[in-house]
Amino acid sequence: MAIVQETIDTVREATGAYKHGFVTDIETERAPEGLSEDTIRFISAKKEEPDWLLQWRLKAYRHWLTMKEPVWAKVGYAPIDYQASSYYAAPKSAADGPTSLDEIDPELLETYAKLGIPLKEQEVLSGVRNVAVDAVFDSVSVATTFRERLEKDGILFCSISDAVREHPELVRKYLGSVVPATDNFFATLNSAVFTDGSFCYIPPGTRCPMELSTYFRINASQTGQFERTLVIADKGSYVSYLEGCTAPQRDENQLHAAVVELVALDDAEIKYSTVQNWYPGDEEGRGGIYNFVTKRGLCEKRARISWTQVETGSAITWKYPSCVLKGDDSVGEFYSVAITNNRQQADTGTKMLHVGKNTRSRVIAKGVSAGHSQSTYRGRIRINPMAHGSRNYTQCDSLLIGDECAAHTVPYIEARNQSAQVEHEATTSKVSEDQIFYCRQRGIPEEEALTLIINGFCREVLQELPMEFAVEAQKLVGISLEGSVG
Amino acid sequence: MAGEPTGLLHAGGTASLPGAGNTWIDSLREAGARRFTGLGLPTRKVEDWKYTDLRALSGSAWDLPVEPADLANIEDDASAVLINGCWMRGHRPLPDGVELVSLARAIEDGDDVVRHHLGSVASLARKHFVALNTAWLADGLVLKVADGVTIDGPLRITLAGAPGAQRLAWHPRNLIVLGREASLTLVMHHVGTGDYLANLVEEVVLERGARLRHYRVQDDSPDAVNVSTTEVKVAGDATYENFVLATGAGVGRNQIAVELAEPGASVRLDGACLGRHRQQLDTTTVIDHAAPRCTSREAYRYILDDSAKGIFQGRVTVRKHAGGTDSHQSSKTLLLSGKAGIDAKPELEIYADDVSCGHGATVGEIDQDALFYMRSRGIPLEEARDLLIAAFIEGAVETITSPEVQALIRDHALAWRTRA
Amino acid sequence: MEKNAAMTLLSVENLRVAVEGEEILKGINLSIGTGEVHAIMGPNGSGKSTLSHVLAGRDGYQVTEGRVLYKGEDLLAMEPEERAQAGLFLAFQYPVEIPGVPTVSFLKHAMNSVRKAKGLNTLDAFEFKKIMDARLADLQIDNSMVRRPLNAGFSGGEKKRMEILQMALLEPELTILDETDSGLDIDALKVVADGVNAMRSPDRTTLVITHYQRLLNHIVPDRVHVLAGGRIVRSGDPSLALELEESGYGDMVTAA
Ligand SMILES: Nc1ncnc2c1ncn2[C@@H]1O[C@H](COP(=O)(O)OP(=O)(O)O)[C@@H](O)[C@H]1O
Ligand SMILES: [Mg+2]
Repeated sequence: MAIVQETIDTVREATGAYKHGFVTDIETERAPEGLSEDTIRFISAKKEEPDWLLQWRLKAYRHWLTMKEPVWAKVGYAPIDYQASSYYAAPKSAADGPTSLDEIDPELLETYAKLGIPLKEQEVLSGVRNVAVDAVFDSVSVATTFRERLEKDGILFCSISDAVREHPELVRKYLGSVVPATDNFFATLNSAVFTDGSFCYIPPGTRCPMELSTYFRINASQTGQFERTLVIADKGSYVSYLEGCTAPQRDENQLHAAVVELVALDDAEIKYSTVQNWYPGDEEGRGGIYNFVTKRGLCEKRARISWTQVETGSAITWKYPSCVLKGDDSVGEFYSVAITNNRQQADTGTKMLHVGKNTRSRVIAKGVSAGHSQSTYRGRIRINPMAHGSRNYTQCDSLLIGDECAAHTVPYIEARNQSAQVEHEATTSKVSEDQIFYCRQRGIPEEEALTLIINGFCREVLQELPMEFAVEAQKLVGISLEGSVG
Repeated sequence: MAGEPTGLLHAGGTASLPGAGNTWIDSLREAGARRFTGLGLPTRKVEDWKYTDLRALSGSAWDLPVEPADLANIEDDASAVLINGCWMRGHRPLPDGVELVSLARAIEDGDDVVRHHLGSVASLARKHFVALNTAWLADGLVLKVADGVTIDGPLRITLAGAPGAQRLAWHPRNLIVLGREASLTLVMHHVGTGDYLANLVEEVVLERGARLRHYRVQDDSPDAVNVSTTEVKVAGDATYENFVLATGAGVGRNQIAVELAEPGASVRLDGACLGRHRQQLDTTTVIDHAAPRCTSREAYRYILDDSAKGIFQGRVTVRKHAGGTDSHQSSKTLLLSGKAGIDAKPELEIYADDVSCGHGATVGEIDQDALFYMRSRGIPLEEARDLLIAAFIEGAVETITSPEVQALIRDHALAWRTRA
Repeated sequence: MEKNAAMTLLSVENLRVAVEGEEILKGINLSIGTGEVHAIMGPNGSGKSTLSHVLAGRDGYQVTEGRVLYKGEDLLAMEPEERAQAGLFLAFQYPVEIPGVPTVSFLKHAMNSVRKAKGLNTLDAFEFKKIMDARLADLQIDNSMVRRPLNAGFSGGEKKRMEILQMALLEPELTILDETDSGLDIDALKVVADGVNAMRSPDRTTLVITHYQRLLNHIVPDRVHVLAGGRIVRSGDPSLALELEESGYGDMVTAA
């Protein structure tokens, strides 16, 4: 398979195992380290926010002070010092607000070029990609492409800071409507200090003509990234949304605590895909991103939300993209590949909350652990008493490579309705030696054989990704597992 | 025995218990009391008790059992009868190579086997009810089968509850030890009337190549709380099979922990929970693959009517060096009413790569297509339902490998449908 | 008729192999010249698959004595993929299922791996498809089969055809067919035999492992060996296969 070959080549070309590990030398403006009401006032003032939002943040912060960091996930890490991080970092030149792409720091443009993300629309147009990009660099959104063209269809796609200024009524109505400001420790922290992120609104009956995409990049050291994404698909609309992320290679752990809220009104459909490739730390487990993310979508009647994620990065992943199936006949889907290697720890899965009648959910989760890593699938299927005729199907499979890693499966199934049907299946096994031998007998080297087999194992999920991402994801599978055989 | 009203635990009431004054038994009880004082009764904040509501245990004061008087309604062909947790009598003769005595007597006689094993299989760590049981450790039974002895017919034991003036709590402890290559089939029948807490703890030791088929019919009083803890240590090439049919108790929790301690050990845990009214029937199992090439199979079925609630928590752990592990688990639930519910948490925790593990869980109502098919062949609705329910029960019962016990448990399970 | 040593492709010398401490092959001697077709026959459990696995480099076998030369080089020192790249092909008795990997991608990947090792250019999707379609037609294999995941859910017969398709694509110098005939009906058997015969040439060598004489009616060998109890107990010309068909393995097994 060509993909596999490309993977191997990419690995060989890359200087280190993690190919996005470069640092961009850019002048940064940042908030002083530490977290207090003053920090929040600083962020809010920097962003020239209305008072209601400042008050919303402060309320979240005060609540956060009363909360304890959750300990139930199967991840272990040294206590996080929330005072040692900086909660705001922005490229200096961007701080004055670029009015067009031409004003963006060329270094930054180059950074995104290295990542393969075109920020110049003409480049995009000449290529095969048809993707609108919102790029978030450290704490701020630096560029959003195709804005004007999308606006012709009434589609709003911009940074959340712009949305606060330009569409306050929408932000005020939906911000925190799916993930309340007091939801959980990390989401509440995010509500207090979030700096930027993407905002998207699709008007009724509109099919978004291109993929919308956000690329997140942590660049500055000693910063956390707290972005907030809000996607609203109005009645009968459709949008496919992609999210990618990378960070430089650093010895320190950096905190990423994002919140993503999706609102799918009646008959709307949102497809949300993530390729998470934050820096995972080195072989000894030094450095890497702590990724504590809250993602949740709300489905009104006949709406559909589909989460697809490929998780290969981060030192620690704590992430449960969920669906609240509130409207009758709504559908929630979760397709996940989580690959851990070296000292990575991932605790990820989904929650499907069936509230309305005839709601359906489907969960396909594939975990691959190698090296000394730990991977846990944690899922909750809740069928409420009024969710007549609801259905869930869950399948989670884990694959182990080597005998120093671990894989866990922790599903919670809570059925409160007689006419509901829940089906859950899980398997754990090792990569079959027979399969590897068979490939090698046909002349395929061992490491390529492994990549081939793992890509096969993950296929059901990878094929849910939009084309551009599927190719990238298949490559990542190979890169992530580098050095795990032999 | 002490009969004054008590909380579930009170200090200084153990002086009159069997063996009191012996350092080893005193310190065992003290450790239990200390642990229970530290833990208290579990709340739903405790992960293992997330789904089971124990409010039935709070409130009024508790009596420890006094000698019960009325034996009239106890079947008499059992090999041993325990009433309110106290050994009443054994039934002779027993097959050669089998020893069955009261725990109280064994403690007083200074039985070495008891001293060696008691408290060694059922550890106190984070186990609220084991701690409570250990604090009040007094009676129960000791069952030993000598090396190489095979007993075919089932040995029957009755555990009965009889009402007292106040709510009673009893804490029997059974110790079962099968020697090398020994084999035994055991049926335990729980019955009772009134409002009580039966907190049974059993410790089972299977030596190399032994096989125990351990069956339980839990038909306690509808007002009772039954928490039965079975902790098993399985040696190389030994086999432990357990089946529990739970129809009784207001709150019934069957917790089983099995350690597959040496290569080639195997375990089968199966059961059926048939609940109605406001019953809560809970099965919580932990299988620990601690050695290479061990096998585990688990299959539980729930039928829940009215407002009954089922809980299934099944954890399988495969330790680092337990290569060649083969494990499969399933739970299936049939909900017969709009108010019934099930919480299921099958869990895999795996630290070795050479494994083949899986679990499956399903929840649903009676198959409407099958129902329609049968009705279209002229079978009345209620009868068709009964047939399908019977078929579902059969799926559980057929796992029982002793034909005699299979028949007994099938009859009991089918009778559940027609009982009020 | 013995060929001279210079033309020997594969030479197995006093090969002893154990599995988990139990000796399965007890001193095999076998020499196959370039361009020849040899058959190994023997009862179930005699070690036929063990021999084919050891030649292909599968893990889990301990070679306790002897050596194997392939083109004059130490075969046992090579990695499995190196053997494949050097032209050794094993058609498995039980081909392995690889869920999720489309057969066509696998075939292209395998073919390009072998080509690359030989210093040939790798084929792009179009070039590859042309070659594959031609082979599919030769072997009367339906195009839909290669779009399914490799061997996953294939019937026994489909799996065997897939092995022959791979052989046809990789164009090996030494092909080992391990009971490729078993489980095939007569039409499928003919397709397989035709596939093998079509590739017969002075520089292609074949080792046919079979339990039955049937396949040898279609692929006529130069020499026949009987493997029993881990030893080659008799070798002869094709008439030996017919003899076996009549008298069975009984005598030779006791001789072992
Ligand atoms: N992996 C293995 N572990 C243990 N015994 C094996 C293994 N593979 C083969 N054997 C034993 O080796 C002998 C030869 O097997 P095999 O080579 O498959 O025979 P054949 O292909 O001639 O039927 C048989 O007795 C078989 O049981
Ligand atoms: Mg064979």
